This record gives sequence, C-alpha cells and structure tokens, in this order.
Amino acid sequence: MTTGVEGYMYPNEITLYWSVLIVLYPYITGLVAGAFILASLERVFRVDAIKPTYRLALLTALAFLVVAPLPLQLHLGHPERSFEMYFTPHRTSAMAMFGFVYLWYLMAVLTVEIWLDYRRDIVVMAQSSSGLKRWIYQVLTLGSNNISERALAIDERVGWLITLIGIPSAFLLHGYVGFIFGSIKANPWWSSPLMPVVFIFSAMVSGIAAVMLLYMLIMRLRREKIDMLCMDTIASYLFYIFIIDFSLEMLDLIHRIYEADESFRTLNFMVHTKLYFSQIVLQIFVGTLTPIVLLALTQVLKLPEIARKRIYTVAGCLTLIGIFAMRWNVVIGGQLFSKSFLGYTTYKMALATREGLLMSIALTILPLFILWVLVKLLPPWPEKVQSGTSAASAAN
Amino acid sequence: MVALYAVGTLTFLGIRAFFVPHSFGQYGHYRGAAITEIAAHPIHFAGHQTCETCHADVQEMKKTGMHAQVSCEACHGPLAKHADDPSIQPAKLDTAVLCVRCHAASAARPKGFPQVAAAEHSNGLPCETCHKPHSPAISAGGAK
Repeated sequence: MTTGVEGYMYPNEITLYWSVLIVLYPYITGLVAGAFILASLERVFRVDAIKPTYRLALLTALAFLVVAPLPLQLHLGHPERSFEMYFTPHRTSAMAMFGFVYLWYLMAVLTVEIWLDYRRDIVVMAQSSSGLKRWIYQVLTLGSNNISERALAIDERVGWLITLIGIPSAFLLHGYVGFIFGSIKANPWWSSPLMPVVFIFSAMVSGIAAVMLLYMLIMRLRREKIDMLCMDTIASYLFYIFIIDFSLEMLDLIHRIYEADESFRTLNFMVHTKLYFSQIVLQIFVGTLTPIVLLALTQVLKLPEIARKRIYTVAGCLTLIGIFAMRWNVVIGGQLFSKSFLGYTTYKMALATREGLLMSIALTILPLFILWVLVKLLPPWPEKVQSGTSAASAAN
Repeated sequence: MVALYAVGTLTFLGIRAFFVPHSFGQYGHYRGAAITEIAAHPIHFAGHQTCETCHADVQEMKKTGMHAQVSCEACHGPLAKHADDPSIQPAKLDTAVLCVRCHAASAARPKGFPQVAAAEHSNGLPCETCHKPHSPAISAGGAK
C-alpha cells in the first residue's frame, strides 16, 4: 500500500518529482534579482544613502547567480546535456529559454557591471600586489590598464547603461521563474498571471533582506560601525516593497476565494491541513506579517540605534524564512493535490541523497563561501581601495 | 572585454558546429536522420486490418459489442511476427489480469465506464468465465 496518500491520486502524481531543490532554485534566483535591484537603486536612481552596500549587493548577486543552476543540474542529472539548450535552442519552450535568460544576466549584465565598477581597483591592485595575487589581478584587467580620468568616465557611463539594462533583466530573470509556474494551466495552484509579478516582488524583498543582513554581519565581523543611515534607508525600501508584495499575494488569495472555481475546495482544504504550518504560520504570520510590523515600528517610532539594529536583524531573518516558505508552498504545494481533486499525497524529504536536505543546505551555504572568496578578491570596502591606491602611488 | 566576448562567441559557434548533427532542424526541432533510423527498426505491430483478413469471424463479433473500437493488439500485444508466419502462436492471455487493467474500479474513471472491484465481482475467476472478451456485455449475448 502506498503511504502518504489520502483519497485518490493519479499514479503519476503520488511521488513528487520537483523536490526541495526546485524550491531552492527560485529562492536563489530571487536573491540574485533582489540584490541587483538594490544595487541599481544607488547606481541608477541615485539613492546615495545605500552606497555602502552597492558593491556588496553586486557581489552577493554574482555569488548566488553562479549557484542558481546547480539545483536544476542536480535535479535533472546529466549536466553535460545542459549545453544542448545553447546548441539547439528551443524557442517555443519557456524552460529551454532559461539558459539564455541566465547567460544574458550573468555575462551581459552582472559580470560586465562588476568588472566596469572594479576595473580601476583591479588595475591598482595588480600594480600594488605581488605573486599569485598580482597574476590574478593582471588576468582580471583583461589587458585594459588605462585608468585615466577619461577612461574611468567612460566606464562610469557604460556601467550606468549596463545597470539600466540590468533592471529589466533582473525582472526578466525572476519574472521568468514565476512565468514557468504561472503558465502551467493544468495546475490551478500555479496557473495565475499574477505569479510572475508576485515572484518579482518577493525576489526584491528577499534580496534586499539578504544584503541588509550580510552587510550587518560583515560589519560586525570586521568590527566596524554600521552605517545606520544606509540601514534605515534599506529597511524603509524593504518595508514598502514588502507591503506591495503582501498586497499582491493577498489580491491573488482574495481573487481565488471570490472566483471559487472547481479547484477551490481542494486547495482550501490543502491550505488548512498539509500546508497550514508552512503557509499560514511560517509564510504569512512569521515570515510576512511579523517583519512588516517590526519594520513599521522603525518607520513610525524613534527607536535607538541598538533597537533598530536588532529589529532589522530579526525582520531580515524572518523575511528570508518567509520567502523560502513561499517558494516551498508554491513548488511543493502545487504537487500535493491530485488534478482529479479527489486526493492528496505527501512529500517526504530525503536526507543524504542527491536531492535531499543535506544537499540543499550545502547549496545554500555554497554562495556564501563564493561571496567570501569574491569579497577577498574584490573588496567592496572603500578604505581597502584607498590603501591600495596609496601603495600603488608609493610604488610609483 | 569586447575582444574576450567576441572570442568566446566564436569558440561557442565552432563547438556548436561540431556537436550539432547535420540533419538537425531539417524537418523540425529534431534530427532529420532520426526518421530513417526509426523507420529501419523492425515492425512489431501488424495493425487490426491485417488481423481481420484472417479473423473475420472475430471482427464480426467485435463490431456489435462494446469493444468494437478496441484494437486487437491493445489486448493481444504486438503480433507482426504472427501475421508474417501464422504458425507462430500468440501467448494465451490471462483475462483475470488483463481485463482489470481497464475495468478495475477507480474514482478517476468516468462513472458510465464499466468497472468492478475484481475480488468481490468474480472472486478471482477469469473474466472469460462469464464474458466473451470480443463482445463482453452479458445482455448482448456475450455470456457463455
């Protein structure tokens, strides 16, 4: 007898094919898109207060973007076949187009913007360092050693343009992920034109929260003072975007309740049973309403710095938990009920398998390790660059 | 950086030209040569028209019954070898196993479709004990 099945499931619905790795994939791409949009606030919209996090946000986006395809590769197996997406592009398949969306964002947007922004520093560090580091920085200059005022002004203009292109690209990257789910008309839990929009706003929320937390953590590790104007500004953006995100999700929910189509009773039952903890408790109360209330307190009350720091930390952590729960409820929730609307199945996560819990934890930690390497290689902190410049000047 | 991207693109195009089969895209999003390769595979199914050239009596019985639209090889399996050489006899079917593939009670099946809980309905007896597989309805004279 099959365990974990209540009522009737079609035979191909009993086992969930999209595992926790497919939960992780939109979660990671969301962090990428959100971090990039936060960076673009400074670059394009001239929000100078968040300048201290600009480079960190870009490096965070890159670190997570590098890892983004790994859950898919592990889920599908045969990573060597993934190149077929590029060799024989299937233009009418949204899934097959992912390769191009990803490549565009990685190679035409993020890498170029980071390189242009760091080019001057890379040249300076190539001159001031020695040994292996010198060789690495020399390679990273790509032979472009001109750091004259005119060359840097061109870098600035091109960088601005790339960021401008990057904003719709970030929307495309994560809107695409929402589109994949939203366009599956056979699944009423997914099929909604609001899905890409909700994914984009939730991506912004998670990316901003992640960069905010990383900045505070790194400042603490470096024993440096946190720029509270920067944090307050980021928190206010997080608060307002969170309000929009929550409103959109509630709009979707109210629309479903009012429409009450043939799937409603099944989905309603699922939300009150199998998804109760992950959706009602974790996603809505713990991961959305609590951080919104906490962030609202910082907007309406004059709280001391230490209280604001603590609130931002708690709100940021809860936000990341809530957005992960949202991805979980979309991906796993959409596979728990039968398309006959007559039964439910259960998802039991494996532990030490290719698609298990340990692999998911490893894939979540991996971008942080990559970020650590990137921060070591391309320090986002201005004083490092200044000291590098002075060293280079001294050498000259 | 532009030069690097140009070299990267050219390298990609070179690799693509090497790996993508020449006949890819000839007719659609697949290898054109695959059609002839597949056509060269041995044929397993004869098709009901071939069966009916020799088994006209079965065809007559079938066409008035509920299984009129069910192709012979849907139950009997692929029979091209038997059609080529009638001395090769198809395997005898176990109706206790075969019929429930379609007629076991299931909430997913349309309500009007004949379906039974086999254990209660026949107590394990083969279905052909009561039903003629080629015209199964008892009311239609299908009973033995």
